[in-house]
Amino acid sequence: MNGTAVLHSIIDGVLTGSVYALMATGLTLIFGVMNIINVAQGIFVILGAYLSYALSVHLGIDLFVGLAITIPTLFVVGVVVERLFLTRIKGPERVVMSILVTYAVSLVIEGVLNMVFSTNYVELHAWYVDRSVKVFGIYLPYIYLLGFAMAVVLLTALYVMLYRTRFGSSVRASLADQTSAALVGINVKRVSTVCFGLGVAVTAAGGMIYGATNAFNASSSYDLISRLLVIIVLGGMGSIGGALVAGIMMVTIEDLVSVVWGPVWSNLAFFLILVVVLSLRPQGLFGKQTVRVA
Amino acid sequence: MLKVRNVWWIAAFGALVLFPLIETNPTYTGIGVIALIFMGCATSWNMFSGYSGYVNLGSAVFYGVGAYTMTLLADHLNVPGNGDLFWLVPVGGLAAMIVAVPVGLVALRVRRHTFVVITIAIFFVFQLSAINFGFTGGTAGLQLPLIPWLETNYNKPFYYAALAIVVFATLLSVAVRRSRFGLQLLAIRDDEDRAAGLGVKVFAVKLTGFTLSAFAVGMGGALFAIFIGQIYPQFVFDPLFDISIALMAIFGGLGTLTGPLLGALVLESMQQYLAIRFSNGSLYLIIFGALFLVIVLFMPQGVVVYLSEWRSLLASRRVEGARVVPEEKS
Repeated sequence: MNGTAVLHSIIDGVLTGSVYALMATGLTLIFGVMNIINVAQGIFVILGAYLSYALSVHLGIDLFVGLAITIPTLFVVGVVVERLFLTRIKGPERVVMSILVTYAVSLVIEGVLNMVFSTNYVELHAWYVDRSVKVFGIYLPYIYLLGFAMAVVLLTALYVMLYRTRFGSSVRASLADQTSAALVGINVKRVSTVCFGLGVAVTAAGGMIYGATNAFNASSSYDLISRLLVIIVLGGMGSIGGALVAGIMMVTIEDLVSVVWGPVWSNLAFFLILVVVLSLRPQGLFGKQTVRVA
Repeated sequence: MLKVRNVWWIAAFGALVLFPLIETNPTYTGIGVIALIFMGCATSWNMFSGYSGYVNLGSAVFYGVGAYTMTLLADHLNVPGNGDLFWLVPVGGLAAMIVAVPVGLVALRVRRHTFVVITIAIFFVFQLSAINFGFTGGTAGLQLPLIPWLETNYNKPFYYAALAIVVFATLLSVAVRRSRFGLQLLAIRDDEDRAAGLGVKVFAVKLTGFTLSAFAVGMGGALFAIFIGQIYPQFVFDPLFDISIALMAIFGGLGTLTGPLLGALVLESMQQYLAIRFSNGSLYLIIFGALFLVIVLFMPQGVVVYLSEWRSLLASRRVEGARVVPEEKS
């Protein structure tokens, strides 16, 4: 272990962490607006990765160009799932029911993906996936840099939409208080549907980067969703800034632990940090202290 | 005097006792063993999560701890491959309870939906530990002593041991439900702040319930380990187990007594049967997921509640019908 290796792992962590932050932002947005924990987020990421895979292998479409198709596709998938299943969940056990419903959706999608693509691991390929660039003596794969740039662009777009548009105001109003938002004339139902769609749509981009940096099959979704859940709980559920910080922080720490103590411990560290932080601060890093949770 | 309800319970119990005597096909009695293990686990899970509303999606932690305790003890104590192994099953349950205390101390600090997520995270800590630490044998898993019983009778001892766990879990669940402690758990489900305000020591009650529910799940894991004969981390610390248990209880009816029993019996038998019938696991996932969607969306309170509402609805119609029929005839 030396200084360069540590620096390298920090840079890697920030670059890949930004992609996790993007996927987690979708998840936390859905939770904040709708009080729904979308456990299917993991399989949506894999679905996005497989879509990119199919486009690049069968039609020869570049991975980044393909996003123009996969992002809208997953937006539609999200809207359909929300309309068909999630609008039906009512009652006091809403959060728990949402976990079960989205889990069932995720099982069905996993089964379909297994049938269509088999359970063999695949990887996405392109010239920028296999080549690296040397910056200050550190080799960085192009895909990490491109992924980081893409995450920054999409997160900025999301930020502009949330803070600079009229629709964004309605979303933030719904995040703060659904009942009051409805009272001032916001169509909370429509906001929810669009938010779910958006929250799912970002997984297309995240999935493409994930697929280019990891070999994956449908059951990779378990690993993904557990990480994403840890990130949003750590950041404070419903807090978008929290998801960003926690996403980058967790992946960076994981990479560091991997370099310092070995990869065996990095996964464990990821979950242990959550346990430790929550023992000290149960509402997460940026979460609001909930006075009363029904 | 016997109440009608008790007659049903006795009949159901009798049927479960007689099943392996009538059905000798080891494939089906094997399904029976697994289904009974899940019935015990789901009932025990429901005793905490169903009563208190704190849905634990990390129950495989208890299951896996039970299985590993059994395997490691059998190895270190040189227990021979015969009925003696069964005495270690309650030890597996105790180990799960011991683990439940620190897990509960961390996880129960937060409220419901965060609790769900933390139990998932803690589950992964355990799964990864089982994969990474040396004494667990890593991904290669561990072997249990081979039991040299004949195939035709192999399943029977396991079947009755599993049935004993089910009876234990059910009786415990009834006892808790009728006790002051059970009422406190229900009060937490309905309104935790108010319960605290009325003097319920909520944290202590939750921790006790959580720990108590670990026992039967740990025993289930231990029994499963000897039944299968070898264990792997992904096999006993299985995310599908976490969700299946919750699913079974919700399928039957969360917080009811018969719900988890019925849910586990139906779903697990179906799962095992489908797995044997279609060796294609993907098709099974689709069927299972789709079925579950239908249940959650159309019978959100569970089959047991749905059926009883349906029955009372039919009964009320019948009464009305009796009055209406003559008019319709004319």
